[in-house]
Amino acid sequence: MILFILAILLFLIGLYGVLVKRNLIKMIIGLMIMEYAVNLIFTLVGYRSGGTAPIVTDSISSVLYVDPLPQALVLTAIVIGLGTTALAVSFAVRIFEKYDTFDVRKIRKLRG
Amino acid sequence: MTLIVKEITRLMVPSIILLGVYVVLHGHLTPGGGFAGGVLIAGSFALMVLAYGSEETKREIKMWHATFGESMGIFLFWFLALMGVIQGTHFFTNILAKGRTGDLFSAGIIPLCNIAIGIEVAAALFAIFFTMAVMRLGEKL
Amino acid sequence: MNFIPLFVIVPLGAAFLMPVVSRLWKGMSDVLGNLAALFLMVWSFAALQMGHETTVFYAGGWEPVASIPIGIAMVMDGLTVFMLIIINVIGFAVTLYSVNYMNHYTDKAKYYTLFLLMMAGLNGVVLAGDLFNLFVFLEISAIASYSLVAFGIGSEELEASFKYQILGGTASTLILMGIAFFYHMTGTLNLADASTVIQQLGTHPGIIFVSILFLVGFSLKAALIPFHAWLPDAHPSAPAPISAMLSGVVIKVLGVYALIRIFFNVFGITAMPSVLTIFIVLGSVSMVAGAFLAISQSDFKRMLAYSSISQIGYVLFALGLGTPLGILGAMFHLINHAAFKSLLFLNSGAVVYRTNTRDLDQLGGISQKMPVTGITSLLGSLSISGLPPFGGFWSKLIIIMAAVESGHFALAGVAVFTSIVTLAYYMKLQKEAFYGALKASFGKLKEAPFLMSLSVILLAIVVTGMGLLLIPEFKSVILDPAVKIISGGLNYSKLVLGG
Repeated sequence: MILFILAILLFLIGLYGVLVKRNLIKMIIGLMIMEYAVNLIFTLVGYRSGGTAPIVTDSISSVLYVDPLPQALVLTAIVIGLGTTALAVSFAVRIFEKYDTFDVRKIRKLRG
Repeated sequence: MTLIVKEITRLMVPSIILLGVYVVLHGHLTPGGGFAGGVLIAGSFALMVLAYGSEETKREIKMWHATFGESMGIFLFWFLALMGVIQGTHFFTNILAKGRTGDLFSAGIIPLCNIAIGIEVAAALFAIFFTMAVMRLGEKL
Repeated sequence: MNFIPLFVIVPLGAAFLMPVVSRLWKGMSDVLGNLAALFLMVWSFAALQMGHETTVFYAGGWEPVASIPIGIAMVMDGLTVFMLIIINVIGFAVTLYSVNYMNHYTDKAKYYTLFLLMMAGLNGVVLAGDLFNLFVFLEISAIASYSLVAFGIGSEELEASFKYQILGGTASTLILMGIAFFYHMTGTLNLADASTVIQQLGTHPGIIFVSILFLVGFSLKAALIPFHAWLPDAHPSAPAPISAMLSGVVIKVLGVYALIRIFFNVFGITAMPSVLTIFIVLGSVSMVAGAFLAISQSDFKRMLAYSSISQIGYVLFALGLGTPLGILGAMFHLINHAAFKSLLFLNSGAVVYRTNTRDLDQLGGISQKMPVTGITSLLGSLSISGLPPFGGFWSKLIIIMAAVESGHFALAGVAVFTSIVTLAYYMKLQKEAFYGALKASFGKLKEAPFLMSLSVILLAIVVTGMGLLLIPEFKSVILDPAVKIISGGLNYSKLVLGG
């Protein structure tokens, strides 16, 4: 339970970064922290205390395995996170090229 | 970079690529697989860029190499998945013999899928690294 | 051989082929993109023909064991077919339009690649039978639309897209966290299986927690007020065909469809009536505030974007009523809005294509020079403001009748009032852009190119004929199956798993 609370705290730290920080790169870092916190939560969901790695061979045994499904899903989520982060960073580079700043308060050509 | 870095990189890169290929090929047997192996291979390219500088890299590797590898990798994966449909069964159906657990040649199309993913991930990650680290702003790809 | 996965296979394959093919022959990207979109449209009508029984496809042939699904499932039922028709018809009109319009921009092959990836993602979301695949397809279409919004790489496009990306990324992480706790609670990700598990759980504290995460996440994707901050920037900044796709389809599929599927079919709306109240509140607030924000806009596309918020508010409000009549109104308004909003965005694109401005103060009288654009946009405006012969009138009438029927008299009045406000700002739009005196600088204006006009005319015919959907022959084929699935609620799991 304490691990869940810590992971949610990490998520909130990321959310704080996204909402409060004024620097584009720091906002992206906040988003990444949120993603990793969620990945941690997902991995924790699949954990069985005392379980081993779920590699099943021919000899069927009654060993307790951790749940492999969340691990597969977290891998997928990490790959998706990689894609979104790369895209966000390349946009930040382009924005810097146009506006000469990373400060969101100065990047305001759009109204509302 | 200095001569030491360049020489060590020259010695290290083949073994890193070899490790990447090993991880890709044993993806159905051990932890790892297409994604992890592809990241290793892309990492070795990134190491070369860091050691030899972007100008020298641009002479050797063009952007379309990465784009082409990426397209081909993902297309190979799509085609492998489609093989099931061509055979008259479902999308993503295993069409090869499953073999004996633990052998290198086992698990049907999964090793082939891993190879396709490995090519795709290596090329895509290298393309990302290339655009961010090597290309100057406004440069034509 | 099952026909369901082709909705995902074909656009993906065309997208992957695109970079290679366009290298060989430049014009090929147009042909390939349009062929793929045409195939998808025909295939979605074929899906309509194949009856409305719920069909399930298990990827790789992993059939369920003892009616517990173990593989990846793709489910096609009445609601899915309904959404597939919206996605693929609008998608085809948009690709046809892009042939001319995207000559403005440099790399058409990349555009078609991203567009087809978005189509694959959208089709995947409505076909997904489990939550994680829904998430993956949602992310595919979201990433493609982030880059498509910024396709012009001007400073405004980049700023809008970055905003979209930060809010969309936050929404995605919230949804993923919801999925994690959902899995913790039920031990399964298959929607049908989870539905039965949740019914056995009864009142579980986790359900509320997960519902809040999903509500916030998908409301951000649907851009309901107060989660709307990204939409008025992202939708106008995108190239016009993408604006049409985003406003007409993406917010509905990623937001409204996902909310319907999860809350009506999985959690079961009867067990948690408070969700309906939240739908009504979010819907009516978006409806009114979106309309009032739209009035004060002087930018053609930005006005349309705020209007989207308002119209999605109608849909969610009608869903929140929870009665079969309300759900019918919601579905009818959904398909109506998809048709006329994409038509209006494509019109705005034609105006921008010829005049290079979307500022209403600088436009005026261009209907004289661009009659096709003028007339089709008039048809779209009349339909969206709810004037009688058009579909928009009937869907709003059904929504208001449903509100009165379920005793929400004040909110029915609000809906009527919003409809009048909508009429006001669309008349303002028509007067300032298309009618009145022709500005001197537009003396040599020409009609939009042929393919752009063709796709706009096709959509205008759809908009004009939309009222016919209420005729029993059409209603029983398109609307009724979708309404049956939604109002059937928890029957979904029985239909999917059988027995």
